[in-house]
Amino acid sequence: MKTNPFEKIGETFIYASNRAGQLAFMIKSTVIWFFKAPVEYGEIVKQSVRLGVNSVGVVMLTGLFTGMVLALQTGYTSISLFNEPLYIGTVVGFSIVKELGPVLTAMVVAGRAGAAVTAEIGTMKVTEQIDALYTLGTNPSRYLLIPRYFAFFITLPILTIIADFLGVLGGFAVAMIKLRIPSTVYWDNIFIYMDISNFMHGFLKTFFFAFIIATVSCYKGLKTEGGAEGVGKATTESVVGSMLLVLVFDYFISAFFIVIGLI
Amino acid sequence: MIKTESLRKSFSGKTVLDGIDVEISDGEIFGVMGLSGSGKSTFIKCLVRLVNPDGGRIIVDGRDILKVEGGVEMARFRRKFGYLFQEGALFDSLNVLENVCFGLRYLTDISPGEYARVAREKLELVGLKGVENMRISELSGGMKKRVALARAIAAEPKYMLYDEPTTGLDPSLTKKICRLIKEMQDRLGITSIIVTHKVEVAFSLSDRIAILMNGKFKVLGTPEEIRNSTSPIVKEFTDRSECF
Ligand SMILES: Nc1ncnc2c1ncn2[C@@H]1O[C@H](COP(=O)(O)OP(=O)(O)OP(=O)(O)O)[C@@H](O)[C@H]1O
Ligand SMILES: [Mg+2]
Repeated sequence: MKTNPFEKIGETFIYASNRAGQLAFMIKSTVIWFFKAPVEYGEIVKQSVRLGVNSVGVVMLTGLFTGMVLALQTGYTSISLFNEPLYIGTVVGFSIVKELGPVLTAMVVAGRAGAAVTAEIGTMKVTEQIDALYTLGTNPSRYLLIPRYFAFFITLPILTIIADFLGVLGGFAVAMIKLRIPSTVYWDNIFIYMDISNFMHGFLKTFFFAFIIATVSCYKGLKTEGGAEGVGKATTESVVGSMLLVLVFDYFISAFFIVIGLI
Repeated sequence: MIKTESLRKSFSGKTVLDGIDVEISDGEIFGVMGLSGSGKSTFIKCLVRLVNPDGGRIIVDGRDILKVEGGVEMARFRRKFGYLFQEGALFDSLNVLENVCFGLRYLTDISPGEYARVAREKLELVGLKGVENMRISELSGGMKKRVALARAIAAEPKYMLYDEPTTGLDPSLTKKICRLIKEMQDRLGITSIIVTHKVEVAFSLSDRIAILMNGKFKVLGTPEEIRNSTSPIVKEFTDRSECF
């Protein structure tokens, strides 16, 4: 039997649009229930705390060492090119606040909290707990998704600020101790050139990232099939999917921000 | 009243329900028997649209539930039903008491202060005491089943769907649960559909029994009629000499 290449393309297209449809439906029903039912503040707080505690340690280490290695690399590159370390604070500050802080934090959160959300919802799916939600008068959108969306929207920006702070601090430590740059120079290098719009450029992205991670991890959880093995598979797919989408969208969101003057 | 008309469902080409027509009147206890994998769970899941049928009609209290559109409307409709899952489906992030209370918030007008009392009462009905604060992972199989039962009946719905209510229970607990189901029928007029493979449970509880086979209710009648039937299908089910 010969397979028609158009058939394959068509199949892929149908599959993709099916997926998109399901995703849109999930988001739509979450928005509807957000307006139709009282928000469960207790759940939101519980999930936010869990998510924050889950990721904060790794986020801090990530931020710190990223800032440190950035200072080290720019420092020695600058020394080899110009015989002295120039603009270390500027490079570290801009890189961390605009890109690495938000993106790396999103990576960590996708890997820890996103995976946890998919595993939890996926387990609930394969053990019929999701069905049980329906029979007990509620539904996954209302009981699981809304609190988790909120948790990501609340914690990701906070975690990003923590990462930014530690990154800049890590850079400072290396600049001072290894590169012997006076501390005022490092801070001046940051604060003379950077203003609030640079910070907002990075900060506002985190809300998009939060949306991506929440959507992917919840969707993958709800679509889990095939017992414990299926949960493992869904979790991996969720993490990889979130990370890729964050990286891809990061470019386009940055480009968009630059167009509207949020540089 | 629950009525289905040529209810059909298949999973990826495999037909599970192939035209089920049945009418279950209010206050009735309706037993469903059938071999493992014959589609018993699928049938009761269709009744609350946890599984969406491929075709046919399901009329509950005069309304075709397959025509109900939108999650909000469907949620309102599902309130009429209590559902005991075959595997319990207890929330393992919550403890026993929280599990039993769970539906009260969404399904009833009971004030939050009363939840714990109502839940304890239901737990006592299924023979559980002093387990309120245990985690689900600490429970035995039979305890899980009974906690799930307590959770399903907590809001006292009009229709109860039981998927294997007595599986994994010892004989005295089985009797207790059977009495409970009967009592809920007598006292509250609750209509029950009981999926079971225990012949004695089906026969002692049900007003009518159906045997599901090849996607259809091949046999349907009162326990008396079924006991006197000469159909080979019935023989297969009621034959008690399982191991010689
Ligand atoms: N979600 C699903 N996807 C694919 N096939 C399914 C699904 N649910 C059920 N089936 C199939 O439908 C058939 C009937 O399943 P069902 O769970 O209704 O059986 P059952 O009568 O309840 O069996 P048991 O007595 O073992 O619980 C089985 O062959 C099963 O493989
Ligand atoms: Mg079953």
